[in-house]
Amino acid sequence: MLHHVHARHRLQLLIGFIIGIGFGFLLQKGGLTRYDIIIGQLLLEDFTVVKIMVTAIIVGKLGVYSMKQIGLAELHPKPGSFGTSVIGGLIFGIGFGLLGYCPGTIAGAVGQGSLDALFGGVVGIIIGMTFFAAVYPRLEQSVLSIGDFGERTIPQMLKVNPWFVIIPAVAVLSIVLFMLETYR
Amino acid sequence: MEWLMAERWSPYAVGIGIGILGWAAFFLSDKPIGVSTAFARTAGMVERFFLGPRVLEKRYYKLFPPVIDWEWMLVVGIIVGSLLSALWGNTFHLQWVPDRWSEAIGPSPFPRWIGAAIGGIFIGIGSRWAGGCTSGHGISGTLQLAVSSWLAVICFFISGIATAMVIYRIFP
Repeated sequence: MLHHVHARHRLQLLIGFIIGIGFGFLLQKGGLTRYDIIIGQLLLEDFTVVKIMVTAIIVGKLGVYSMKQIGLAELHPKPGSFGTSVIGGLIFGIGFGLLGYCPGTIAGAVGQGSLDALFGGVVGIIIGMTFFAAVYPRLEQSVLSIGDFGERTIPQMLKVNPWFVIIPAVAVLSIVLFMLETYR
Repeated sequence: MEWLMAERWSPYAVGIGIGILGWAAFFLSDKPIGVSTAFARTAGMVERFFLGPRVLEKRYYKLFPPVIDWEWMLVVGIIVGSLLSALWGNTFHLQWVPDRWSEAIGPSPFPRWIGAAIGGIFIGIGSRWAGGCTSGHGISGTLQLAVSSWLAVICFFISGIATAMVIYRIFP
């Protein structure tokens, strides 16, 4: 672990910025910053979004779990519950279908000149989040804690060595990509 | 340098690149790539600008203080990276109404503006409710095999597909 690098605040801001440039560049080259591509995916006509996400998940998980294995990285799975993931996820999806961008791709859409993203979507996201911040104390102890499962990963839930999940997951996701490429 | 000028790259090349950036974030910064928390911090900054420092007392802004952090810089980077890609690829253009929306609903900017803003409100609420978005849950969480993230990303798509189908297939 590069603890001495992780501890340097200003350097970290620079690293975040540089990784962001790479991420934004790839999102734009992949077409994910375009409304038409995202809507095409949600209408199940164009599978670019799924192809990119599945490839990133395969590559990402092999690398990150390998780094974890040799002590170069630690995992940070997000905590969650049925109340957060399912209800929040379904609310998010309504916005995903209407807006046609998500928070990452909308930043990229702003960069490529999409004015609906800048003046419509970003403003809406900020309004939605201030609303959420206002109601958060009322949600925190109620709906957000329904079915809490904490910062759990699938291998931890199944109580198995992570590679018993990673290898089959990579196999299944690769088959998904192969089928999309063959039949779409 | 012709590949930098290309309008689009293969989705597999892009996916591999994003996966490797995921490694870099864990290795160099001990962080998963995520975006929506930075927007929540920005919401706090906007509130503080209009309402003053008392908004910092809100429970949510105690958990996610409105400060510039790693993830906030990541989002600034996304804007810059996409701008560079669009300029080199000759795909930068100022556009109010995306082509697909224009064909289905009409070329007038006003309905698109309203639609995007309402969609944004749902995205804002939903991403904070779920604790992440298509980046934090959809890529970084799923690659860590987090239970919360797989559940969230499945719900993002179920509801996103349903909404898009209503707008494009049922409503018109």
